[in-house]
Amino acid sequence: MARAISTRRKLTFTAIGWLVGFVIFFPILWTVLTSFKTEGEAIASPPHFLFFDWTLQSYYEVQSRSNYFKHMMNSVVISFGSTFIGLLVAIPAAWAMAFSPTKRTKDIMMWMLSTKMLPPVGVLVPIYLLFRDWGLLDTRLGLVIVLTMINLPIIVWMLYTYFKEIPGEILEASRMDGASLAKEIVYVLTPMAVPGIASTLLLNIILAWNEAFWTLNLSAASAAPLTAFIASYSSPEGLFWAKLSAASTLAIAPILILGWFSQRQLVRGLTFGAVK
Amino acid sequence: MRLKSLMLGACSVIAMAGFAQAETLTIATVNNGDMVRMQKLADDFTTQNPDIDLEWVTLEENVLRQRVTTDIATKGGQYDIMTIGTYEVPIWAKQGWLLPLDKLVSDKNYDADDILPPIRSGLTYEDKLYAAPFYGESSFVMYRKDLFDQAGLKMPDAPTWDFVGEAARKLTDKNKEMYGICLRGKAGWGENMAFLTAMSNSFGARWFDENWKPQFDQPEWKETLDFYVNLMKDAGPPGASSNGFNENLALFQSGKCAMWIDATVAASFVSDPKESQVADKVGFALAPDKGLGKRGNWLWAWSLAIPAGSKKTEAAEKFINWATSKDYLELVASKDGWLNVPPGTRTSLYENAEYLKVAPFAKMTLDSINSADPNKPTVKPVPYVGVQFVAIPEFQGLGTAVGQQFSAALAGQTTVDQALKNAQQLSEREMMKGGYIK
Amino acid sequence: MATLQTRSAARLMMTPAVLMLFVWMIVPLAMTLYFSLLRYNLLMPGMEEWAGTLNYRYFLTDPAFGAALLNTLLLVGGVLLITLVGGTLLALLLDQPFFGQGIVRLLVIAPFFVMPTVSALVWKNMLMHPVYGIFAWIARLFGLQPVDWLSSLPLFSVTMIVAWQWLPFATLILLTALQSLDEEQKEAAEMDGAGPVSRFIHIVLPHLARAMTVVVLIETIFLLSVFAEILVTTNGGPGTESTNITYLVYAQALLQFDVGGASAGGIVAVILANIVAIFLIRLIGKNLEA
Repeated sequence: MARAISTRRKLTFTAIGWLVGFVIFFPILWTVLTSFKTEGEAIASPPHFLFFDWTLQSYYEVQSRSNYFKHMMNSVVISFGSTFIGLLVAIPAAWAMAFSPTKRTKDIMMWMLSTKMLPPVGVLVPIYLLFRDWGLLDTRLGLVIVLTMINLPIIVWMLYTYFKEIPGEILEASRMDGASLAKEIVYVLTPMAVPGIASTLLLNIILAWNEAFWTLNLSAASAAPLTAFIASYSSPEGLFWAKLSAASTLAIAPILILGWFSQRQLVRGLTFGAVK
Repeated sequence: MRLKSLMLGACSVIAMAGFAQAETLTIATVNNGDMVRMQKLADDFTTQNPDIDLEWVTLEENVLRQRVTTDIATKGGQYDIMTIGTYEVPIWAKQGWLLPLDKLVSDKNYDADDILPPIRSGLTYEDKLYAAPFYGESSFVMYRKDLFDQAGLKMPDAPTWDFVGEAARKLTDKNKEMYGICLRGKAGWGENMAFLTAMSNSFGARWFDENWKPQFDQPEWKETLDFYVNLMKDAGPPGASSNGFNENLALFQSGKCAMWIDATVAASFVSDPKESQVADKVGFALAPDKGLGKRGNWLWAWSLAIPAGSKKTEAAEKFINWATSKDYLELVASKDGWLNVPPGTRTSLYENAEYLKVAPFAKMTLDSINSADPNKPTVKPVPYVGVQFVAIPEFQGLGTAVGQQFSAALAGQTTVDQALKNAQQLSEREMMKGGYIK
Repeated sequence: MATLQTRSAARLMMTPAVLMLFVWMIVPLAMTLYFSLLRYNLLMPGMEEWAGTLNYRYFLTDPAFGAALLNTLLLVGGVLLITLVGGTLLALLLDQPFFGQGIVRLLVIAPFFVMPTVSALVWKNMLMHPVYGIFAWIARLFGLQPVDWLSSLPLFSVTMIVAWQWLPFATLILLTALQSLDEEQKEAAEMDGAGPVSRFIHIVLPHLARAMTVVVLIETIFLLSVFAEILVTTNGGPGTESTNITYLVYAQALLQFDVGGASAGGIVAVILANIVAIFLIRLIGKNLEA
């Protein structure tokens, strides 16, 4: 009897779960479907859901206009590069803040976070002038620097909250054994911190990949990532639903797939100290 | 098509590896159909000039404008060729930011005298040409002949606003998603304000009087806006306040609008059976008037210009010469047909029998362009140049802010009177801040 | 516990991050502050002159400023509300065992990976479009007049789009917190005869409080500078119905190219952001320092 109820309960939740999942995912699903339609079919009313002539026409059109792979490579280099540099700088800082906190640690933390609240467009002109003088306009290096800076506070904070959960006694114990600081980091801390670092890494790749203000305004041709690629489709002439969908699908596919494959790693450290 | 792009890709890799000294031109342009075509046809240029590589930065209009303006004003030097309009040219030329295209003008083969006079004068500052027109446009009425016939209406070649209003209301059937008229409503100085400013000119209104005093408190503006808002309420599509050129083009192409007053370049898009479901049913007429001597049509030319600081001027000039030449028109015609050549720049195109044969809108386009006068745009005298804009640096921001007010009135968020009051206040503030009025 | 040696080592390790951020913040900030006191329009070079507080006066008395301030708060508040409530419900749902749970979880987190520009374009053109959008089609299916989302409910529409993007984030954090809840605790409560609602209020909700604080903090940081969604969908309009502070500064900086005015706006925005930050620190201080 109890079993029957729980099966029914499970079935009910299955129905609700799938319905909710479908509704939330629908905008993306619809974009992907539309990208395989012809322009005429894309705006057909009533809309065609699955039964239409599938075509790659829009993808050809998009690729013939802008070299997708170049933009994607730029996105990859910029988001991975900025995340790695960010981690390199942030891990020692977060470690120090977590294990040798001072009275000002929290203030520094909050100050770091508050730098993120500066509206980027307010400082566009100063940054543009500096980048011009340093020859960083439209270079991958320039964009890596900007994105590193933008996401650094989040990286530090995320690592800090994660490191804080690591019990200090273990470190004490290793110190007793006479391990040096470097060894402490490499052999003791790192293995314990890997899940937190991994999820910080993933979260920041996602944030960097999707950053659309600086990447668009500081690049022209050679360093332009996918955000610039999509900017040329945001309002094309005439019927463009299918082309827009194809470009959108191309722009989000890599990061969506990465996100899906690594979601377990992403979730494990994505607690910001919220879990005791 | 894929093979071609693959080969192109391969070629450019080889080119990068082999001829490191080849010059690379970075070209910033709008994502309009004609520019996209230019990009596709650019192999023709690079085969003729193997020592020049082209890098394209194709952006949506507003983004493009921000990017190029920021870059040229800070002398960032990221672009060798910029696509700009008749609004920017006089302002930028005055600052000395653009290279005068003297070589182009003196090139016999290029034949600069062939450029349509109103367009050329729009791109000239102190007798020097600062940008070469890629395509030029005015605005006119596009209408569905079939629907007009069905309703027993006849569109005159030079309609009045009253006729347009009446016909639009008659042809509207909202249950069948049939709208009598589609007009721009999306806020922006180059979107709804381009249309509304041009329209207000025919109603006798003006932005500023001779002393730069804003004129939104005058009856002419009220009449303009009342007419526009009421017309769109009765006969416009839903969501009109977020419709710009592209949105309306899509609506018209899919047969949802009986009339559409917009850029003349749209004529070839709505007449193209590949893109438009109403291709064979479209008629054309001049922009409406109110009997005051001015019609509600504008003048615009997307043009190619070289920033003054560029180090690759020679290659850039070569490219501009190629892209705006008569030969380019021939090239497009041979590849995609005469219907698709970029219109509105050269007199010779409008004398070309082959073009006239496929383009029923050619005469109307030419007449519209020729009747627009940027130097004397309004019924009453004004201190500024520009038909659908005011060629002062403050206009982009001001025009957009006013456009937002008018768009709110269209959406029904404010009344026409309130919108005009706000517009007047905004303009007075901006003019005071800019030091035009005390 | 910490010796002098480790303390100086700690300081050494923090230095690069702090220094980099400090430079990143202070240099543009100083330049912005300086520009904000100038009459400086990019389109009129050579005309820069000292303007005193002129730019601030104009920015603060801009009729759009009050509206933008209100819109910013409404947008942040609205999205927080939707994501917290929706996120909690979703987390509770995903915590239940059901068939295909893993796949549904993937579907639910997907919006988080979508670029803001793309999601705004998709919502605007494919869903909310009054003629071709899916919503309009659904409305017509029921014989209703399609709602013209972006012009009649602009701020609500933008809030919806942004909330859709942030819902997965809230869900994930809350779900992780939920799963860390002690099973024994839950079962004990069940034994005591507590119903699902009272269990939720007395046990689950207090447990989620910390996670909710985190969601509020992180989302606020990002939501204060929401920009792409507004630019793509409504352009801040109609009127100033959906203009927030960031968009207002954008209009100054990239439409008017008024560097002076935009800088003043930027400084004002920083001050406002810091007020919010102080407020948040209070909040966090209570909830996070356990």
